[in-house]
Amino acid sequence: MVDKVLKGNGLYWGWLTLLLMIMGAGAIAYLVQFNYGLGATGMSRDVTWGIYISQFTFLVGVAAGGLMLVLPYYLHDYKSFGRITLLGEFMAIAAVIMCLMFIIADLGQPMRAMNVILHPSPNSMLFYDMIVLNGYLFLNVLCGFVVLSSEYRGIKYPNWVKPFIYLSIPWAISIHTVTAFLYCGLPGRHFWLTAVLAPRFLASAFAAGPALLLVIALIMKRTANFDVGQTAKDKLVTIIGYAAIINFFLLGCEVFVGYYSNIPGHMHTLDYLFFGLVDHSTGVMHNNLVPFMRASVAMGILGIIMLFIARRQKSDAMLATSCILIFVAFWIDKGLGLVLGGFVPTPMEHIVEYVPTVVELTVTAGVWSTGFFILTLLYKLVVAVKRDSEANLKVS
Amino acid sequence: MDNRRRKFLKLAGLTAAAGVAVPMLGSRAQAVSGHGAAPAAHGNDGHEAAPTGVRQGLVIDSGKFHDNPGLAEKCQKVCHDYHNVPKFPNSKDEIKWIWTDKFPNVFPDHSHYKKDARLSAMNILALCNHCDNPPCVRACPTGATFKNSDGVVMMDFHRCIGCRFCMAACPYGARSFNWRSPRGSENGKPFIKNYNQEFPSRMRGVVEKCSLCSWRTKQGKDPLCVEEANKGVEGAMVFGDLNDPHSEISQILRQRFTIQRKPSLGTKPSIFYII
Ligand code: SF4
Ligand code: SF4
Repeated sequence: MVDKVLKGNGLYWGWLTLLLMIMGAGAIAYLVQFNYGLGATGMSRDVTWGIYISQFTFLVGVAAGGLMLVLPYYLHDYKSFGRITLLGEFMAIAAVIMCLMFIIADLGQPMRAMNVILHPSPNSMLFYDMIVLNGYLFLNVLCGFVVLSSEYRGIKYPNWVKPFIYLSIPWAISIHTVTAFLYCGLPGRHFWLTAVLAPRFLASAFAAGPALLLVIALIMKRTANFDVGQTAKDKLVTIIGYAAIINFFLLGCEVFVGYYSNIPGHMHTLDYLFFGLVDHSTGVMHNNLVPFMRASVAMGILGIIMLFIARRQKSDAMLATSCILIFVAFWIDKGLGLVLGGFVPTPMEHIVEYVPTVVELTVTAGVWSTGFFILTLLYKLVVAVKRDSEANLKVS
Repeated sequence: MDNRRRKFLKLAGLTAAAGVAVPMLGSRAQAVSGHGAAPAAHGNDGHEAAPTGVRQGLVIDSGKFHDNPGLAEKCQKVCHDYHNVPKFPNSKDEIKWIWTDKFPNVFPDHSHYKKDARLSAMNILALCNHCDNPPCVRACPTGATFKNSDGVVMMDFHRCIGCRFCMAACPYGARSFNWRSPRGSENGKPFIKNYNQEFPSRMRGVVEKCSLCSWRTKQGKDPLCVEEANKGVEGAMVFGDLNDPHSEISQILRQRFTIQRKPSLGTKPSIFYII
């Protein structure tokens, strides 16, 4: 089965080489950071988490988003998802691996990471996050490979794996809920301290995850001649569209609570993210993230509208564009604004802005490339196996 | 009730029980170490003293510091010098245990726009509050930050993995991270100017903060900043057991009007301020 990933055309090898090169650069950048300390990043005493933790948060969402591709098939026997269910599981694997890499990249003492297990602290949300993330990785590796190898041998997956498949469904919800709890349980960080954080995380995850998958599916249709089918695509549009709308609804709720209650702590970060905020002790205006956040909202709304038009017109190009718009919109929202915004203003009401360094960005690119590398190999495998088994079906 | 519904309710009950178990674990751990949380009957009195055990705290008389300019800086200097707190050229790497800031920054919840001149001019000392209900301890995934039996919130530098969850959790900005090695130097200038052999320096990648000079208070001495402050003006800072009704600090707290930083968050700070 594994030999399948070793056969590919020039485009395939070119893509893998490109990823390997970025991964190499990321590894070198990480060595620089490892030797110097996290001071090689743009993080500071006041903005203590930067792009690593925000990527982590976003990618937990992508991993959880795989649920939307798995659930209809296994739970509702929705046959048209037959070709994308495995893709969803494998996307989750790649995303969780990226999450774990980002966590390690963010640790000041990575060699001591095992302390989380050696000194378990059930009062810490990070303890649960470790359990749910590793558990989710395990479940998806198990279910994904058992299902795939059964398909390879032309049989239905064995019954013993079913409980694991069913378990992986609520587990997907748990990873993003616990990740939201990392933030929303902290006193004094008003922007995070909201009960809709977990629901909002889930809504944006259920849009961003499937959106990424749909884009990849459309790319594979052209490059690998692997079509997931019109019905599956149409269904995905519904899932992505509604999840994205719910996300914006919840964002609207936040905006209402903040501005109508008029409580400064609830407005500060929203001000900072969408309009800019003045530091009262210095009189300086800070608005680093404003263009990004406004673009995020615009792209998200435009993406939703285009998504439904694309379905009506059966246009793959427009579908891909709208999915990219939604994915990028939510990446900005969660992968930038949520984490960085939460640190503004500081607990002592100063404003300190964060700008990532080249080292940090290179490490980040390296981790993303690793994720895509894994994803490419896994998808190559899925496509090859699916083709074989479907060809066999036709013959027999 | 049909079977499916009953099953669901059972499951819901279990989940609810599990949800309750977690906070209970936390409070039991605190009670065992001898400084249990305030009795619940006090409602939202987030600043209620713990009923049992030793709870070390401070009263800072900001007025005395205001009348004696430079005194707060002296306190900071003795602390940072003794504890090998490094000075980095780049402000983003900054480490501080005790420092001063303006009233609206130290007390954002107490500030308003009709402050008198004295209050507006004041520089107020800020440091770790050694909260009785510390969110940093709750957040730490390794137990590297923990509450001592005397109520002081401490750091184990050898256990800390540098995840900085505690820094996100502290609502007072009391914690610093070693973004780079404090033992190093740049352009021939060491970050720790006069290395104090009596106190260990930290390594890169761990969090640090004020420990209320636990190494001194164990020997019955006052923290360094308190000693220094009282050299300048008697009673500028008072250290003692908040749970002992006969301690000097308890007597002052009974006589004077004091405030805490962000009491509404329920962290129960052990540092009190006379303004
Ligand atoms: S002030 Fe901050 S660091 Fe100190 S005990 Fe309270 S929460 Fe922890
Ligand atoms: S940085 Fe260290 S002390 Fe702070 S939460 Fe992480 S392990 Fe605990």
